[in-house]
This record gives sequence, C-alpha cells and structure tokens, in this order.
Amino acid sequence: MSTTSELDLASPAPAKATPARSRRGLRGNSTFNFWLFTGPFLIGLAIFIYVPIGWSVYLSFFEARFTVTPEKFIGLDNYRHMLTNDDFVGSLGTFTVFAAFIVPTTWALSLGLALLVNRLRFMRAFFRSVFFLPTAVSYVAAALIWKMSIFSGVRFGLMNTVLGWFGIENIAWLADPNPPWYWLVIVSARLWLQSGFYMILFIAALQNIPAELYEAAAIDGAKRGWQTFRYITLPQLRATSTAVILLLLVAAYQAFDEFYNLLDKTTWGRPPLVELYLKALGENQDYGAGSAGAVILTVLICAVTLFQGRLMGFGRGDESK
Amino acid sequence: MTTTTPGIREPAPDGKARRTGRGGVMGSTGLYLATGVAALLFLVPFYILVRNALSTDAQITGENWTFFPTDVQWGNITSPFDDSSVPFARSLWNSTVVAVLHTAGVLLVCSLAGYGLARIPYRHANKVFYVVLGTLMVPTAVTFVPSFVLVSSLGWVDSYRGLIVPGLFSGFTCFLFRQYFLGFPKELEEAARVDGLGYWGAYWRVVVPNSLNFFAAIATITFINGWNSFLWPLVIGQDPGAWTVQVALSSYTTGQTVVFHQIFMATAISILPLLFVFLFLQRWLVQGIAQTGIKG
Repeated sequence: MSTTSELDLASPAPAKATPARSRRGLRGNSTFNFWLFTGPFLIGLAIFIYVPIGWSVYLSFFEARFTVTPEKFIGLDNYRHMLTNDDFVGSLGTFTVFAAFIVPTTWALSLGLALLVNRLRFMRAFFRSVFFLPTAVSYVAAALIWKMSIFSGVRFGLMNTVLGWFGIENIAWLADPNPPWYWLVIVSARLWLQSGFYMILFIAALQNIPAELYEAAAIDGAKRGWQTFRYITLPQLRATSTAVILLLLVAAYQAFDEFYNLLDKTTWGRPPLVELYLKALGENQDYGAGSAGAVILTVLICAVTLFQGRLMGFGRGDESK
Repeated sequence: MTTTTPGIREPAPDGKARRTGRGGVMGSTGLYLATGVAALLFLVPFYILVRNALSTDAQITGENWTFFPTDVQWGNITSPFDDSSVPFARSLWNSTVVAVLHTAGVLLVCSLAGYGLARIPYRHANKVFYVVLGTLMVPTAVTFVPSFVLVSSLGWVDSYRGLIVPGLFSGFTCFLFRQYFLGFPKELEEAARVDGLGYWGAYWRVVVPNSLNFFAAIATITFINGWNSFLWPLVIGQDPGAWTVQVALSSYTTGQTVVFHQIFMATAISILPLLFVFLFLQRWLVQGIAQTGIKG
C-alpha cells in the first residue's frame, strides 16, 4: 500500500536540510498524498452526510408519502403543514422551555461538582469517578431504571416508597400530565447522566487557571469564597462555559432516547425528534413533511446557537491547550 | 499500551496542580459532607439496579422496602437469556461487533483525514476543511430520515453495514484529530523524511506510534458512544435479529408482561462492558475529554 516514490528524496539530505527545502522536494506528490489521506473520509462525508442533507431539503418541497422519489412538487406546503401542526410546533416551544431550564441547571450542577472535587485533598479520584460513572450508562438503561423503579408510579417505586414514609400518597410520575411531574423524572435523569461529563471539562479548566491570579487577588484584598469565585474563577472559565452551554443546547433539542423510552404511548412530553420519527417512519411514512420538520428544527438549532454565541461571545479565549 | 511520549504535553488530570484560593466558604468537614451526600445521590440508581437485578419479583414488589435481598438471586443472571421473546444474547453480540468496528473505523478514517488536513501542503486544503466544518453546523440527528432512506435503498437495513458505515464519518472527530496533529512536534516527521520515508510511511511508523495516548482517548469515547447509541440502531434494526442491546432493552418497556428482575438484570449486563472500559481506561478517557471536550 505504501506509495510515495522516494525519488524526491534522492538528494543526499545534508544535515542542514531546511524544512522549507525538504517540503519543496515533496511538493510533487503532496497533492496525491493529501487526497490519499483525506479521500476516504471525504467520500463518506459526501455520501452519508451531504447527500442526506440535500435529499432532505429536496424532499421537503415534494409530496412524498411512502416514496422517496416523489413526482409532485408542492412548494412550501410541507412547511405550512408542519408549522401549523400543533404537535410539532408545540414540541418546538416545549423544548425551547426545556432547554432554557435544563441547560443552566446542568451547567450549575457540573460546575458545582467540579468546584467540590477540585478542593478535595483526599479521595479526589474516588469522588471524581463516582460523579463520572453515569457517563457510561446509556440513556435507554437510565430510562429503564427511572421508569421501572425510582419513579415508578406504583407503591413499590423508590420515590413513592420514600414519600410513603412521610404519609404522602402515591404519585403517577409518568402516566399523568397534570400536574406535569414527568418533567422531574426527565430532568433528574438528564442531570444524572450528563453532569459528570461536563464536570470533567470544568475540572480541567479549573486546573488551568494560573495560581498567580488568586495570589494577586488575595493581595488586592479580595475575600476568599464568593468574591474570588465571582471575579477570578468565573471569568477564567468563560471559554469552557460557552462550549459546555453550546453542547448542552444542541443536546437538549436533539433529545430522543430517554423520552422515547420513558414516555412511549403518551401524547405529552414529545421532543421534536420523536415527532419527526413518528411522522416519517410511523404509519403514514410522510417523508416530505418529516424532512420539512427536520429543516425547520435545524434552522431553529442554528439560530439558537448563534444567538447564544452572540450572547456569550464566541471565539474569545481558546479551548484548553 | 502506556507509551509516554517525549515532547507531547499532556495535561495530567490527576496532576497535583496546587491551587491556591482554598479555604473560604466551607471547612474541610462541610466540604466532605457535601461531596459525600452528592456522591450517595449519584450512586442511588446503581444501587437500585443491583438490588433489583438480584431480587425476586416478590421482593421488588413487596409490601415493605427491602434494602438488599437477604437471599441474593444469582440465578437471575441467566433470566434475560432464557426469555425467547427478546434475542438478548444476539443483541449483545451485535452491540459488540458494532461498537468495535465503529471504533476501529472512526479511528482509521478520521485520523487519516485529520492528518492530511493538518500536515500535508495542498492549495485547496482550507476549502476542504470548510467542507468538513460545514457538517458540524448540521445536527446529525435531524438527518436520520433521509439517511435511513439512503441506507434502505442501498439494501443495508438489518445489516452490520447499515449500523456501522453511516456513522464512521464524524466531522467532529476529524476536526479533533486535525487540531491534535497541528500540535504534533514536526521534528519527528522531519527525521522520518530524512530517513527516506514518504508521508504514508512516516504516518504509520512515526506519527501513530507517538500518538497512542490521543488515539486511546478518542477510542474510548467513540466506543462508549457506539455502544450506547439508540436512535440509529432503532431505525435500522427492523428485525429483532439485528437489534443492538439498547434496542433490546427498549423493547422491554413495551413488552406485554413485566418481569422486573429480568429487566434489571438485562440492564445491568448491558452496562457491565462499559464499566470495565471505565475501570481500565478512565485515565485516557478523562484526559481525552479534558483535552477536547467531546461527546458524540
């Protein structure tokens, strides 16, 4: 498989071969090498990412039910259909609220855990592992544990058992949308699954803050604790916070796994992806409307992330290196 | 496996980076108390999982809460495998094949591309890089409908190909490799050049062996994501024989009869391989996340 002809290097390389010189020597086959290295990836990218994107946009302008080679161009009808579809629009609204809630709470919890773990002198690795462990658990597995035991609506569920000790009636956590207790189930599962991962990011960032900053702050009379945190730690974590919030936002809009498994057969708490899944791959196989919904969702995610970037200032400060 | 590479800086997550600015709000006792309570809360789901997996259904649904079964039901371990309605053993095998091949494929394809973009001079390299970056703007999850259509028209539904190949081309992973190789010390490659190796030879003989730490970090994260992914296997696995373990677990939620100990045992078994990955590879994992901040 080795290919490069070594003729270009035939000149006996003197000890002081400058980098520029040796690169010029290889210029002849560097184009070939570039494509050799990147070609397989780019071909796959074209077939499995760009073609589906293009196809999705194309299908969204056609009447495409049970078929992916549609004939009938219907302009923006699919978009009209999706934007007047209460389920889908409601789901976009619901998940904007969901994102507005889950993102700050996850951010705060993971930062809090990072601050705690970072201050430990003994057993730091142990506690870090405990908080990090849920990262290994799949959303499906967590959904089962939550649904079948912790927030099981029956008497022997853990939460209902604990409430029972205080004489409180059983609560149907998932089966009853009024009051919407199911959000507590979902939010707690997400927090448990995600916080440890982002905690690791924050710990790394905390350890990159130069100690001199704290020394300088102490000399300037900053009080330890809140003041130091507010004026040193938080600003120093800006880049990491921005990245974490961006990742969390995109993840919130793309929620699928735990909702599908916690709330199947219910009509409440359906995220956009579940709606699209049912639309396109459900009984009607309406690929056109499903694709239009996917385009709308993509535009919304891009708009939200750009807005967030504006808000927090993108590209200021680089990621850790 | 542990090759410490000269000349490559790695932020040691466990590094005893001495922070000042300690003290303040909490004393040592309060600190450990808060951390301990949080840790206990985080462990509750694991406790529930193990307790239920090793109990009888009568104990699980009993009148009074048993904190731990007095007669541990080790026999439950076989119960997911005895259930003929869900091909559990098969799904474990499928997940293993998919996660391993997915990881190997992603590492190969994305690292080569990342290296090419980072190191090989080419006039239009920047344009190519923008083509890769463009995919980061589009959430992959929303393209699952046309992707499914594409894969089914290739006849790849219910096949390993359909489960693995579409997920190999991660713009994000390629981007991470590119960033990493941009920081890779040039001297090593220069030396390989002088010894008469071309790009290809230098890559395999010098660059990869000196980057094993980074590869291990990406591999760990990729493996976990491959093992845990759900939406795509759900769409592709129309036939139970092609289910991954996540799809099999999900099928329990819609089953007619609920056998609690069996469901929890199956869930526990599905998590075990990743716990091993965690135990043995946590160092690389933490380091990889700390360096790159990736997921999926």
